[in-house]
Amino acid sequence: MNASLNYLDGNAAAGELSRIFAVDITSAEGQCANCGAKRRFAEAHLYSHSPGLVARCALCGHVLLRLVNVGERVLLDLTGMRYLTLHPTQQPEASS
Amino acid sequence: MTWRTARVVGLHDETATARTLALVVHDWPGHVAGQHVDMRLTAADGYSAVRSYSIASASSSDRRIDLTIERLPNGEVSPYLTKEVMVGDELELRGPIGGWFVWRSDQTEPIQLVAGGSGIVPLMAMLRSRGSAGSSAPFRLLYSVREPETVFYRDELRALSNQGDAVVITYAYTRVTPKDWPRPAGRIDAPLIATGTWPSTLRPTSYVCGPTSFVEHATDLLIAAGHDREKIRTERFGATGERK
Repeated sequence: MNASLNYLDGNAAAGELSRIFAVDITSAEGQCANCGAKRRFAEAHLYSHSPGLVARCALCGHVLLRLVNVGERVLLDLTGMRYLTLHPTQQPEASS
Repeated sequence: MTWRTARVVGLHDETATARTLALVVHDWPGHVAGQHVDMRLTAADGYSAVRSYSIASASSSDRRIDLTIERLPNGEVSPYLTKEVMVGDELELRGPIGGWFVWRSDQTEPIQLVAGGSGIVPLMAMLRSRGSAGSSAPFRLLYSVREPETVFYRDELRALSNQGDAVVITYAYTRVTPKDWPRPAGRIDAPLIATGTWPSTLRPTSYVCGPTSFVEHATDLLIAAGHDREKIRTERFGATGERK
């Protein structure tokens, strides 16, 4: 299997990130601190084979986010993103 | 987001290796088509494994959801879920998860669904939600499978495509085709995208789901056919198909 294709989408981090953030981060738009690309976090490439999660810019491969669980602690590194644009009121709601 | 208890209320085999689990989830808030859940299995020694599974059932505020799970030969979780789990068992899950790879019934633009293998599952939730919401959004589905026997939801898809032009389904077979099938077995390609999907001039929103290599290939073909990257949403299962 091609190792370079061994990634998922940022979507797949939504469950882990929901432990930390009150709003859905995966539909937020973030800017890569390296190449300046503005994409939804869901579109990042997610590597989940390490002890934590690593999200990379789909365009340039720069690390956007690192999340590691160490015992009861969660270490989160977001230095790879210049900013995130969030929509706190726009939660996915079920149609009834 | 907290872990919830889900009780298995039904089991249905879709293919020789895929099974649908009908679950009633405690305090379930309802979901939107395309969302997934994380399922956690914990062994007696405390070791636990978490995997993501797409919801197959239509958006609803009901406490019942369906998950269709493909059994992977070397999977850690899927063999248990598709062979050992029985009606009445309780499982642990969190969700609904994800706000990007979703279709909402107030979307009226043409929708292009592209599925590779078990990537059909969240797209089926969209097709079912279209029906339950009474939406008239035009849908097309390009469904790539290894062979005819590996098609999920066969009868339901046939019924959908017999309802007229509202839902058009195109199959692509990568290894074995049905008898007298016009197209030889093979990966999806540019000619198939040209005949089996909406033209880019209609500005459809596309949802592409499957193994990572399939999603890369299908997305490249859509972009080459003139589709705007911004209008293509993807969900990758990874190289192995079992999402960690």
